Amino acid sequence: MELIRVINVEKQYKNGVTALYNLNLTIKKGEFVFVIGASGSGKSTLVKMMYREERPTKGQIIIGGINVAKLRNGKVYKLRRKLGVVFQDYKLLPKLNVYENVAFALECIGMHKSEIRTRVLKVLKLVGLKEKVKSYPDQLSGGEQQRVAIARAIVNDPKLLICDEPTGNLDPITSMEIMGVLDAVNKKLGTTIIMATHDRDIVNKMKKRVLLLDNGQLKNDYMEGAFNYESV
Amino acid sequence: MKVFRMIPVYIKDAFKSVFRNFSLSIASISCIIVTLLLVSVAIILTINVNNFANKVKSDVTVVTFLDTSVSSEQLDEIKNNVEKLDNVESVKIYTKQQKKDEMAATNETYKNIISTWSDDNNPLSDELLIKVEDLEKIKSTVDKIKAMEYVSNVKYGEGMVEQLVHVFKVVQNVTIGIVIGLIIVTAFLITNTIKLTIYSRKREIEIMRLVGASNITVKFPFIIEGLVLGIIGSIIPIAGTIWGYNTLYKYFGGQVFSPLVKLIKPTPFVYTLSLGLLAIGALVGMIGSSRAVRKYLKI
Repeated sequence: MELIRVINVEKQYKNGVTALYNLNLTIKKGEFVFVIGASGSGKSTLVKMMYREERPTKGQIIIGGINVAKLRNGKVYKLRRKLGVVFQDYKLLPKLNVYENVAFALECIGMHKSEIRTRVLKVLKLVGLKEKVKSYPDQLSGGEQQRVAIARAIVNDPKLLICDEPTGNLDPITSMEIMGVLDAVNKKLGTTIIMATHDRDIVNKMKKRVLLLDNGQLKNDYMEGAFNYESV
Repeated sequence: MKVFRMIPVYIKDAFKSVFRNFSLSIASISCIIVTLLLVSVAIILTINVNNFANKVKSDVTVVTFLDTSVSSEQLDEIKNNVEKLDNVESVKIYTKQQKKDEMAATNETYKNIISTWSDDNNPLSDELLIKVEDLEKIKSTVDKIKAMEYVSNVKYGEGMVEQLVHVFKVVQNVTIGIVIGLIIVTAFLITNTIKLTIYSRKREIEIMRLVGASNITVKFPFIIEGLVLGIIGSIIPIAGTIWGYNTLYKYFGGQVFSPLVKLIKPTPFVYTLSLGLLAIGALVGMIGSSRAVRKYLKI
């Protein structure tokens, strides 16, 4: 069953730079997809359009039945409640501890306290941070902070998890640990994951579907396991 | 509605946030304190000046002397005619008989002379004591009265009244202008200070939007926080107003320089003013926050 459909999408920024041309693709529920390409290839733009930080200039992006391209600013929350986003810089609130940072996502959508507690503890266990609930972000390593960010992104049980260079700030070993967490989320919870990255090792090792962008165009769509950096 | 269910949480969070961002909260609160104190002083001045002006205005009486030959029927008719004029608030008859009696009561000599006057040869004339509604139009009203039959003379303190009206009008406009100006300045200052507070919490708003908080959910805690800042900021000006005005009133004994210039009694005036200050503080706090946060809802 398809979760995302991108139809004839074009994105031109106000300064005249065109980041994406005539993009068409579909992503099924439960897939794990890498979006790769050199800097400026448009992978960040594609990912940003999926959580509607950017809007396409032309075309449609349909995620779980919502036409993201036509979504008004005031209604964006309807989309964002169906997905989670993880960033390179974690985007944690420094004055809240681990538990509070994760709970924040549920408090914002008005969930009851008891429900929040159950969910937060469950998700912190999944990302392996159960022992650090009371630590503050500055007391955690980069990898641990990213785990908190992943926990926050999936605590709402989203259908889709969007990751924009989640391992960009991490060393190779920690990066692989984070990939392990994401893989577990994908397999255990069935969450669809789209991840923009330029980390060759990760892409080679994970053997997932790969969308290769080049100068704003989809150059190739490799099926699971078909891509290897050495062969490109 | 979820928003209403969350109100107690927002209020608690607003207090937490005020203390968490303490230095910026202090900046906002100080700004509210200073401007509300100025607003309070300006309002006290304005209202006292207006009170004095109104008192003086209500004391102005147009005295109309009638011909000595006027009969009592004619007197009633003239009174009716004057009452029909625009701008006439009230008309009181002061008969020559009343005048005569009052003069006779002042001392023995007068009494002896006046006792020789009969009703027919009373040399005094009847008077109409007229109060007008709008002092600015007094001249045209007086002209109309002068043109009436049996009216011999009209006195109302010409010249002085017009000057007084002019001065009061200028003072009133200036003070009202100052109060409105101060309130606008307060609103701007608070908006900008809260903008600073909110700028430092840009990330928080960004994350709230990212995890699916609706715009109203993002805005609401900040509006409550603005309300809390406004209320906290109005405490000192309110205390200052109540204490200051009471002390001032006692010090001057309720009047400035002469019994003519009376101060308004502190109760209930200062309490009404305090409510006003609280409302201004709360309102500008909320509006300031709401305006300041709007900018960040486009992420």
